[in-house]
Parts: sequence; structure tokens; C-alpha cells
Amino acid sequence: MNAVYILWLRQLKRYTRSRARVTASLAQPLLFLFALGFGLGPTFQKAGHGNYIQFISPGVIGMTVLFNSMFSGIELIWDRQFGFLKETLVAPVSRLSIMIGRTLGGATTALIQGVIIMGVCTVAGFRVQNLSLLPVAFLFMALIATTFTALGTGIASLLTDFQGFQLVMNLVVMPAFFLSGALFPLGEAPAPIQFIASFDPLSFGVDGLRTALIGVAHFGIPTDLGVLATFTTLFLGFGGYLFSRIQL
Amino acid sequence: MIWARELTKNFGAISAVQGISFEVAKGEIFAFLGPNGAGKTTTIKMLTTLLKPSSGRVELDGLDPATQQQETRKRFGIVFQDSSIDDELTAYENMDFHGVLYKVPKRIRAARIEELLKLFELWDRRDHQVKHFSGGMRRRLEIARGFLHTPKILFLDEPTLGLDPQTRNQLWTHVKRLNETENVTVFLTTHYMEEAERVAHRIAIMDHGRIVAQGSSEELKRQTGTDSLEEAFLALTGTSIREEEGGSIVRMRRMVKLFRR
Ligand SMILES: Nc1ncnc2c1ncn2[C@@H]1O[C@H](COP(=O)(O)OP(=O)(O)OP(=O)(O)O)[C@@H](O)[C@H]1O
Ligand SMILES: [Mg+2]
Repeated sequence: MNAVYILWLRQLKRYTRSRARVTASLAQPLLFLFALGFGLGPTFQKAGHGNYIQFISPGVIGMTVLFNSMFSGIELIWDRQFGFLKETLVAPVSRLSIMIGRTLGGATTALIQGVIIMGVCTVAGFRVQNLSLLPVAFLFMALIATTFTALGTGIASLLTDFQGFQLVMNLVVMPAFFLSGALFPLGEAPAPIQFIASFDPLSFGVDGLRTALIGVAHFGIPTDLGVLATFTTLFLGFGGYLFSRIQL
Repeated sequence: MIWARELTKNFGAISAVQGISFEVAKGEIFAFLGPNGAGKTTTIKMLTTLLKPSSGRVELDGLDPATQQQETRKRFGIVFQDSSIDDELTAYENMDFHGVLYKVPKRIRAARIEELLKLFELWDRRDHQVKHFSGGMRRRLEIARGFLHTPKILFLDEPTLGLDPQTRNQLWTHVKRLNETENVTVFLTTHYMEEAERVAHRIAIMDHGRIVAQGSSEELKRQTGTDSLEEAFLALTGTSIREEEGGSIVRMRRMVKLFRR
């Protein structure tokens, strides 16, 4: 238990100390928010879908959490390369608790980033429809964060250097983001896209967020919650298993 | 305390450790000497649950590191050859992190951290992030951390690498004291023959993945008909230079420095 806590704390300390990273990881969602939000806004409105900033904000928040949590998970490669991983792997603590501590720490930082972006969205004109549903939105953010940190940790357990990093970005993170309905209404997408999206945890995460924040649902909260929580459990198990098999 | 039979590790075509056998008794200080790339670190990794042997058997305090990992990890402490500290954390935080993982009770933890950081002259810099430390200071921190909990077996993989003579002296004095007062078994590697001669009860010389000789320093000298351990070492392992490794990690450090700022 103490081990989980100290690993969680370490991730948080690393996060608060690397301001460059905090700023850099906020730049991308901002770009999406402003370029797409304002650029596509008029077109979206003309098509009769209402305010695009309002629609895209939950997607951008989901994206922020996705990118930051994947990155936190993948950060394991750094620990391996700089040797710190050895220190944790020989400690008399189960690898599962080390993995859980790391993952919760990474997920917490991703959640913080998501909240910051929510603030920025509000400045850009985004309005939460029903404030009493805000805790539900946070729950979805936390689940997205945990799911993808665990996935990132699992993948990073298989990688020994940075060469795989780009591959993960291109083959996992980008598709997970673009096919999730973060940027467009899934209900009106062609069937193949809808089909693929139904295997993407982020689809359910973003849908849950969007329902909680602006009351627009595709799958609906019960489905979102059930499916996403299943993914979370699955990926924690998958990540924990791969992490426990690391050799140095 | 440590027991290995026909221990072997292959990395693809490279055979890093080729069927070595040795025993280390409880309370013994055992030195592993050998040229670069001999397989010393690989052997230590197999003993400390970080690597699974390709074949052969090992036991640590009667436990198999490959299958009884959790129990084995409770038995030993280790100072790694290369860095294993977190750059972003302070010296104190690195120590405290270790103390929590090794379940050193809070009160004792604070007292021991203070004592060790003072011993290795890092106390004044305890609240500085390690990334601002010099190479020697980082090394001292790794060593101080290695002494934070008292294990049954202590692995020291080239602990004196890059240390000044004062700290080296401090380190070996401390190791001897632990060995004498707490009966800690010590398994060490070094490239400094005089250190091995000073502290080790028994020495094994390894080359190209095999143990080419083992015994006390006196026995090794007698065996090779030489009058210093250095000469005995050269007689056993030849005088050609082995390729250096680790180039990639140095390159990577540089890259990340650039990337950070
Ligand atoms: N993960 C790995 N993959 C491939 N080869 C490896 C790996 N680890 C070690 N080796 C190889 O195994 C051999 C033994 O390496 P090892 O690190 O055990 O040597 P060493 O005796 O500790 O040397 P040094 O004195 O330089 O520390 C070397 O040829 C090395 O290149
Ligand atoms: Mg070595």
C-alpha cells in the first residue's frame, strides 16, 4: 500500500517539476480547440448541429487525457533507459503494486491536464450544461486516464528504446483519437467508422464526457460506463502482466 | 548463501555467461573480477531476479531467483554499476523512496537517511534535484541508498566507479563493518585489484563468460606464480583490451539533455 502511494507520489512530483512538459502537452489540444473549433464552427452550425465549440470541447478534453495518459505510461521507457526502473524492479514489493502505483500517478497527472483544458475551453466559450453532472465527467476522465496509462505501461514494457515510441503514437494514439468521435458526431459517421469506433475505449469515454457535460449522447452513460470500466480492468490486467515480465 | 551451477545466459548469438559454478558462504566477502564484457553484471542480474538464466541453476539463501522472485528480493540489497536514481527527485527523496519500498520504519528511516547522507557528504545538498549533481555525487548517493536497509546479501557492482579516494575508503570501511558486525554476505565486482585484495575473502576471475580461476588472493598468486593480484589477473586473462560497451546510453543521455532544454 505504501509502495503504491510512494510511486504515485513520484509520478506527481515529476509532473509538477517539468513545467516544459506541462506547457507542451497543452499546446496540441489548444490548437485543435481553436483551429477546428473556430475554423469549422460556422460549417458545423450551418449543417444544423449547433455550436461546434460546445460539441468539440468534451472531445478535446478527452484527447488531452488520452495523450497525457499514454505518454505517462510510455514514460516507462525513460525509466528503463535511465536505469531507475532497476531500482523499483529489485525492491521487495510486488510488481503489480508498482505498476498500479505508477499507473495511478500517471493517470492523476493526465486528469489534471484534462481539468486545465476544461478551464481553457470555458474561456473559449464552452459552457457546462448541468453542473451537478460534473462529478460524472470527472469519473469518465479518470477512467480514460487509467485505461490509457495502463495500456501505455503495457506497451512500454515490451519496448526497450525510443524507436517504438513513434510507432505507438502513429498506430495506437492517433487512431484512438481520430476514430473516437471526439471531433465529429459518431451517429452520422459511415457504418465502418462506427464499427471501428465501437472497439475504441476513447469513443465511450468521450461519449460519456459529452453526455455529462452537454447532454448529447450516442451510446448513453450506462453503456459508456460499463464498456469503459471493462476496458480499464482489461488494460490494467494486461499492463500488469506485461510489466511483471520485464527483464533488464 | 549464494550457489550457482552451470549458470548460462545467452543474448541471441552472444553467450554472456557460459556455464559458471561457484559458491559464496554466509558472511563471506566474494569478489568477481574480470575484463570488460566478461559477464559479471549479467551474472549479478541473474542472481538478483532481473534476468532469467538460459540454463543452469542458482540459489540465494535457498531460494530460486527465477521463480521465487518476491522472497528472493527480501534477502538482498544492490548497488548497480550504472545509474538507477531518479534525476527529477532530490537526494533526500531518492533515499526516502527507497526506504519506503524496503519498508524501513519511518522513524528509523529518517535517522538512517541523515546518517548516511552525512557519511557520504551529501547532507548539505539533500534538497537538490539529482540532475544537478556531479557524477561522483550521484555515485555517492547510489551507495548511500544501498546501505539504507540492511540485507542478508549485498551486491556491489563496481561501486567505486568514478569515486574519489576518500569516498572509496569510506565505502570499503563501511562494507567491512557491515560484514563483521551484521554478518552481511557481500558479492562485489571491481576493476581495482587493490580493493579486491583489501576486502575480499575469496576472488573469482571471469573472462569471456567463464570463471578461469577462484580462490583467495594468496592462492591466485601462488597458482599463477606471480607476486601481485594484478599480475595474476593479467596472467589469467591476457593483456588484450576488450571492447567497451555502453556507448548508446551515453548518446541517449546527451539527446535527452538537448530535448529537455
Ligand atoms: N541485454 C543484452 N543484450 C545483448 N547483449 C548483452 C546484454 N547485456 C549484456 N550483453 C553482453 O554480454 C556480455 C557481458 O556483459 P556484462 O555487462 O555482463 O559484462 P561485465 O563483466 O559486467 O563488463 P564490465 O566490466 O564492462 O561492466 C557483453 O558482451 C555484453 O555486450
Ligand atoms: Mg558490468
